[in-house]
Amino acid sequence: MTWTDLKSALADEGYVASDDLAVALQLALSLGRPLLLEGAAGVGKTEIARALSVVKDAQLLRLQCYEGLDAAQAIYEWNYQRQLLTIRAAAEDGETGKAIEDRIFSRDFLLERPLLAAITQDTPPVLLIDEIDRADEEFEAYLLEILSDFQVSIPELGTIKAVTRPIVILTSNGTRDLSDALRRRCLYTYVEYPDRVTELAILKARCPEVEARLADQIVGFVQKLREEELEKTPGVAEMLDFAAALMGLGIADLTDDLNALQSTLTTLLKTQSDQANVTREVAGRIAGKAA
Amino acid sequence: MSRITKFAGRDPGPAARMAGFIAHLRENGLRLGVAEAEIAMAALTQVDATHPNESRRALRAVCTGCKEEAAQFDDLFDSYWMDMGRVRQKVVPTAKAPTSDDVHSSRDAKGADAGATGSATAPDGADGEAESDGTGKLIATERRNLARKDLRDLVRPEEIAEAEDVAHRMGAALRDQRSRRRIAARKGDRLHFRKTIRASLATGGEPVRLLRKKRPDRTRKIVALCDVSGSMSVYSRVFLAFLAGLMRADTAADAYLFHTRLVRITEALRDKDAMRAIGRMSLMADGFGGGSKIGPSLLRFADTYAKRFVDGRSVVMILSDGYDTEAPQMIGDALEKLGKRGCKVIWLNPLKGWAEYEPVAAGMSAALPHLDVFKAANTLADLAALEKDLVTL
Repeated sequence: MTWTDLKSALADEGYVASDDLAVALQLALSLGRPLLLEGAAGVGKTEIARALSVVKDAQLLRLQCYEGLDAAQAIYEWNYQRQLLTIRAAAEDGETGKAIEDRIFSRDFLLERPLLAAITQDTPPVLLIDEIDRADEEFEAYLLEILSDFQVSIPELGTIKAVTRPIVILTSNGTRDLSDALRRRCLYTYVEYPDRVTELAILKARCPEVEARLADQIVGFVQKLREEELEKTPGVAEMLDFAAALMGLGIADLTDDLNALQSTLTTLLKTQSDQANVTREVAGRIAGKAA
Repeated sequence: MSRITKFAGRDPGPAARMAGFIAHLRENGLRLGVAEAEIAMAALTQVDATHPNESRRALRAVCTGCKEEAAQFDDLFDSYWMDMGRVRQKVVPTAKAPTSDDVHSSRDAKGADAGATGSATAPDGADGEAESDGTGKLIATERRNLARKDLRDLVRPEEIAEAEDVAHRMGAALRDQRSRRRIAARKGDRLHFRKTIRASLATGGEPVRLLRKKRPDRTRKIVALCDVSGSMSVYSRVFLAFLAGLMRADTAADAYLFHTRLVRITEALRDKDAMRAIGRMSLMADGFGGGSKIGPSLLRFADTYAKRFVDGRSVVMILSDGYDTEAPQMIGDALEKLGKRGCKVIWLNPLKGWAEYEPVAAGMSAALPHLDVFKAANTLADLAALEKDLVTL
């Protein structure tokens, strides 16, 4: 499969990827390397993993990172409650120590978390490690070990080697600098906001019922709005919400009714000062320019 | 693409060119290991390598690791493969090309901007108006200083070591914030149930050993913004040494320079060799000692980097005299935006040390309501004396 095939396969699933992203994805697949995606919130970083899992007909395993995420929540944990109950029950049955120990430290009592689950699947899954920048630096170290060796050592059970190599996609919003070691192991792409043509294609793929003229206006409006000084720039998802809101209100032309346009702006502007800055007149001016 | 590459027929082949390209990227500051050259070759086999744009995309995915590198990559790719004749930027200013004796011209041989690198420089806005028009020599200047100053002439290694010590003490003075989450700890205030139950397995389900957890301390992060405009050049020696020391003392710290533009120098200052770090910084501080646009620089910081690197645990330290050529309201707006991120803002003004100093510069008075600490600092000793103010922050 070449990158153009991959790109059109993704487009069939409703994900319109840029050429840069398609090449990087193709390389990540063929070289078996993790792919690190950076970019502003709402440019479709997480969505790419979902689309890829559909294209590759693979399971999507998602690990959402947060501050304080540790190995117990990301890799594996023993099911303590069950182990405890088993010990109590075994004690009443008069079972001996060694037998219980073997039983309670078996795979049945192991709770697989996403990272362990990803390397023990029969078919390679898509592993999405979302917002890696939110996790602590210590967690990066765990991750590096798994991403380089694709194996997990569990002291009580031994080393579990990867059956298949998952397709790994990491995303980052850049709230902190990632370590060089992690960056080195990954392929890298910075995902920009889509340009007008691409965004129009996205809108057509996701909301085919929007008329061509309105679609053009919506995309033009959002693109112009991104050039304004906003605290939170609207992403692709917001643009789709905006289109849905317009469809729901039955608006056929953005410039027709400024009041209706203003009321749908709640789907695009997400802070108080942004809403205060983009008044009815400003919205009208942008819509006029976009038309 | 009609441009042809610069390689002759007797060239040893693609592998050698690729190695040359990786070396070229390395020289220009991209951090690439030996393994990358191998992956880069493998990547080229996956795309149609005869198309420059396809190879460019493939190599960009392999060789870059952050947004800045990705932005820089296109130029580096062109300069190596497309034979645009661009050479690597030297750390030291190169000697002027000898001009012919018959020609007498006061102009630089290659035009006014010969020292700068095209895309990295942005022209001054012509509409900015000087705020203070007094006769003193500390007035902000609109002019960008084109002569590139080598900062290594300004800072000595001993000073960096001294500054490192000061930065260490400063970091220690910043009180840690406490996290809301609890993690396992030997002496904690609460029981760690998960660990206790886990440990009780060893004693047949009886919780003999009680394990505890506590709220971990979260260290404050210092983000320093240093004004290196003309009016500040007297003090820059101290401040640059301080920045270099800070970065060496505190791995979480972040540093920026601004004059008419804002430059992030954290990466450069992380260099193991202190003098080489200063050298890299001087490359980035192109325009050092020129005009000052404090408002726009701070606004840019608040809109871009601050969103990534400043949070409630940060202490933003601004080292500037507050003489700005732009509207003072911009400084107020920028600081208000920064304040909303929950950080503390410290402004260190070297002029405040003067006997009858009043913050009359319009920029400074616009900034005052948003500051948590406003202090004088023009020597390392002053910076060290800040300790007690930081404790109460």
